[in-house]
Amino acid sequence: MKLHRIMALIFRHLYLYRRSLPRIMEIFYWPFLDLVIWGFITLYLARYQPQVPGFVTFFLGALILWDILFRAQQGITITFLEELWARNLMNLFASPLKPSEFLAATMAMSVLKVVAVSIVMGICALVFYSYNVLVIGLWLGPFVLNLVITGWIIGVFTTSLIMRFGQEAEVLAWSMVFLFQPISCVFYPIEVLPAWLQGVAWVNPAAHIFEGMRVVLTTGQAPLSHLAWSVGLNGLLLIAVVGWFYRTMAYCKDQGLLVRVGE
Amino acid sequence: MSSIASPVLKVSQLTKRFGNFTAVDGVSFEMRPGEILGLLGPNGAGKTTTIQMLLGLVTPTSGSIEVFGLDLLMHREAILQQVNFSSTYISMPQSLTVEENLWVVARLYGLSDIAQQIDNVVCKLEMKEFRQKVTRKLSSGQMTRLGLAKAILTKPRILFLDEPTASLDPDVAYMIRALLKDEQRSSGLSILYTSHNMREMEEMSDRIIFLQRGRLVAEGTAQAIVDRFGQTDLEEVFLKLARESTVSLSS
Repeated sequence: MKLHRIMALIFRHLYLYRRSLPRIMEIFYWPFLDLVIWGFITLYLARYQPQVPGFVTFFLGALILWDILFRAQQGITITFLEELWARNLMNLFASPLKPSEFLAATMAMSVLKVVAVSIVMGICALVFYSYNVLVIGLWLGPFVLNLVITGWIIGVFTTSLIMRFGQEAEVLAWSMVFLFQPISCVFYPIEVLPAWLQGVAWVNPAAHIFEGMRVVLTTGQAPLSHLAWSVGLNGLLLIAVVGWFYRTMAYCKDQGLLVRVGE
Repeated sequence: MSSIASPVLKVSQLTKRFGNFTAVDGVSFEMRPGEILGLLGPNGAGKTTTIQMLLGLVTPTSGSIEVFGLDLLMHREAILQQVNFSSTYISMPQSLTVEENLWVVARLYGLSDIAQQIDNVVCKLEMKEFRQKVTRKLSSGQMTRLGLAKAILTKPRILFLDEPTASLDPDVAYMIRALLKDEQRSSGLSILYTSHNMREMEEMSDRIIFLQRGRLVAEGTAQAIVDRFGQTDLEEVFLKLARESTVSLSS
């Protein structure tokens, strides 16, 4: 991998955001709205459910972590879509750029977006609800890292589907992640799921992170087992999904889809 | 141009099938260093698919592509570092300025002294007055010049040009042709050139290859092809082959 090629793509997207207020707004708009709506609902419910300890902490913490996953996924998929909308894929893939460098650049963009969103949401939570996301403690770092990787996995998978099926599949960029939300157990413990769905949820790395978060907040214990599962599953799934991306790209080159994907 | 130098591009029995449809059918040709090779053919002849295979964007069904003596599939990165393309039908990102687009390309190819190199290209292609303009605000002629600037900025040894003067007024088209000839002479650039302007093809090309329904049907200098088909000029040859294709397709 060559750093200058990865940086070229990062600069290409920073140039884009530099003069596009709608694009910048898009990054912050939904997370901010989520936080406002869910935050007030949480405060309202907490008033009538005083017996549930840490209600606000559970909900707002989970919401911020979920938005991190969502933005990580969007960082990958929207970066690809920007190239597709600009009909720039031919320019990129007829250059020495490798698919791995393309993925690395999209992942870097994803990290930039996650950092920006996390800072804004963290500050908003503090200002509106006096909620400090750092209450999760030192475990916040590994939680965030794992959720970002899960977001990448969903993002690369979605990108492969858009590359394969073309622009008509671009709605997946916004909808795919919500398929994973029920089995990520963001706002409820995994045991509320039916038994058969619990089995599915346990192979979702994000579910382990949200379970781990609840363990930390309710017992203060180290969620090592959940973290280990999440790291292991993320590693396996990331390798699998990158392999899937390469395979899809080879298929698209064989079928001539790569040069027609923006049409 | 040396006729005995080893080819910079060697295409052997190149074939591309999409299901039952054969877009390119056993095409073989070579391009020598510093040569401008015209690629001619009516719509649907397989020109675009051939160029897409030469750029590694479409995988051939069979046959081989050797660039600088290296197999394209095995040495994609090293080869594409020294190759570039421009097509009237492929634009650059519209939301970036001309200069930003050129900076991205320069970084992508790892150029050094980028500002100076961009200045040179902007000067060569007379783009000073619109270098700070957002790409979506360019006229089609300016857009074509940006595509060419992107292509020659990286100092390629081979350039694939798909109708590079299609949307240019005669004055700018003349300037572009002169520039390409100059690049060919000064840096030994090899160019594979497609155009539907037959006079331009005759003027620009050292040799021409003619595709019809995916097959290579003629190869040689413009005059040799005209003589072979017993016509008066290249346009007559083109019309004869294009009409044969149409008749064949409709029957």
